[in-house]
Amino acid sequence: MLNTVYRLVAPRRFEVEFNDIDLHAGQIVVRPTHLSICHADQRYYQGVRPAEVLKEKLPMALIHEGLGEVLYDPTGTYQCGDTVIMIPNTPCEKDEVIAENYLRSSKFRASGFDGFMQEHVALDIDRVVPVDDSIDKVIAAFTELVSVSVHAIRRFDSIAHKRRKAVGIWGDGNLGYITAIFFKAMFPNTKLYILGVDQEKLSGFSFADDTFSVSDIPDDLYIDHAFECVGGAASQQAINQIIDHIQPEGTISILGVSEYPVPINTRMVLEKGLRIFGSSRSGREDFLKTVELYKEHPEIIGYLRNIVGAQVEVRSIEDMNKAFETDIHKSMGKTIMLWNK
Amino acid sequence: MVFGVILAGGIGSRMGNVEKPKQYLKVGDKPIIIHTIEKFIVHDAFAKLIVLCPKPWVENTKKLVDKYLGEMASQVVVLEGGSSRNETIMNSIRYIESEYGLDDDTLIVTHDSVRPFLTYRIIEENIKYGIKYGAVDTVIPATDTIVESQGGDVISSVPDRSKMYQGQTPQTFKAKKLKDLYESLTDDEKEILTDASKIFVIKGEKVYLVQGEVFNIKITYPYDLRVAESLIQDQKKK
Repeated sequence: MLNTVYRLVAPRRFEVEFNDIDLHAGQIVVRPTHLSICHADQRYYQGVRPAEVLKEKLPMALIHEGLGEVLYDPTGTYQCGDTVIMIPNTPCEKDEVIAENYLRSSKFRASGFDGFMQEHVALDIDRVVPVDDSIDKVIAAFTELVSVSVHAIRRFDSIAHKRRKAVGIWGDGNLGYITAIFFKAMFPNTKLYILGVDQEKLSGFSFADDTFSVSDIPDDLYIDHAFECVGGAASQQAINQIIDHIQPEGTISILGVSEYPVPINTRMVLEKGLRIFGSSRSGREDFLKTVELYKEHPEIIGYLRNIVGAQVEVRSIEDMNKAFETDIHKSMGKTIMLWNK
Repeated sequence: MVFGVILAGGIGSRMGNVEKPKQYLKVGDKPIIIHTIEKFIVHDAFAKLIVLCPKPWVENTKKLVDKYLGEMASQVVVLEGGSSRNETIMNSIRYIESEYGLDDDTLIVTHDSVRPFLTYRIIEENIKYGIKYGAVDTVIPATDTIVESQGGDVISSVPDRSKMYQGQTPQTFKAKKLKDLYESLTDDEKEILTDASKIFVIKGEKVYLVQGEVFNIKITYPYDLRVAESLIQDQKKK
């Protein structure tokens, strides 16, 4: 079946191209309805990735966060019209030890191959996760981002030692906010501290036990473990502050992406016997767990609603540009494209 | 009930020296008509897809449908078209009437078999507004200035381009209403009214506009075929 694909061919320029979906390949065909813009999409859209990366990856359809309605399912697992979240990570092999999102052979939508900015998306049946219609689709649209936090928290649970009296999250942006919401839901008895730069944003973390400005952290603030959700140039300061305030043998979970190597105080990492681990992307199990948590903790949906920045109906390429430009100019929150192609 | 009606009646006299009608030429790996049928077949709103083609091509079309659509072929019926576009549509309505019965809400979404690049949204909106308004035409705003000439040698008028649209398909109608209006026409009127929407307009009925797409092209000339081929070929490089 001919399928319209909206590929970014150059910074700020989308063009229509077509592919042919094989209806006999056993794949499910999903019609995207809600697509969420991520920083990674913006880096391609604005052309701020290195020139050689842009040359290698474009043209490519952007967006790796989104959901849609089942249009066609030859396996009979889903009914036409069922709402499913699409999983961007696409493994090419199975490994009993290494998670699907860390296999070097795995492909990722809107990174190595076309993302969800298409009329229809054909996926293997295990690359979709059903979501109840009672969950707001605008919020479920960015489940992928949420599942990255859930993945990191699950890894924390399996790696960190059992003393979890206090945990700190550095970063007051979307990722820090989401990680904090889910950490509190999954570990309600742990004291949760948020450390950031923007007082207004910090005031939104009403469910946390306390918030602090990174320029004024009390000397006697100690945490057992920490999550770094900062990324970029500020990663260095955040990680080194964590090293200063963390108790011996604590774990530091790094989630923030930085384009450059980050110098850290390894002497103190050694002296305190710290464990530093990275988390990136997520797999099917993390999506399932996330949807389960949506149902178990309905208050989560309310908190997530606070970070929906803008909703833009998209019927044309002009609308696509409008959505990305709107996203650039917002101060915080997610931009959701109400996709009608 | 909603029916998809794929119009493949044309012989393709504008296509140059090709042996097959244009809808049977391949674009990518499949005949154009199969691409078009596939866009409709995945839509669960349709009770049946009715494909109408020239008599000599009925058997061939059935074979193509079986070959390319496999199990889904049972959703398609291939019939002989009529002497004109409207007669072809009437054949589909007669089939619906005899097999399913015709009531005031029976809807037909008619589409050119040589427009394989239509989108799900266009089909969806045709159905939605077809149910609501009874008659729908798919159009895009005119980009070229339209010039009217009565005799073909000098301009008679230049209509305001901002009010001009180019007609595409699908065109969607309440089938019983279309049949009643068509049967009320004289033979001379039937000869002139080659477009089903025009029957509604001339009889004072409203036809709702659905926004088409520039790329929802009609593969009419060899040039179009090359454009269509290049649109698909480009993605193969990826």
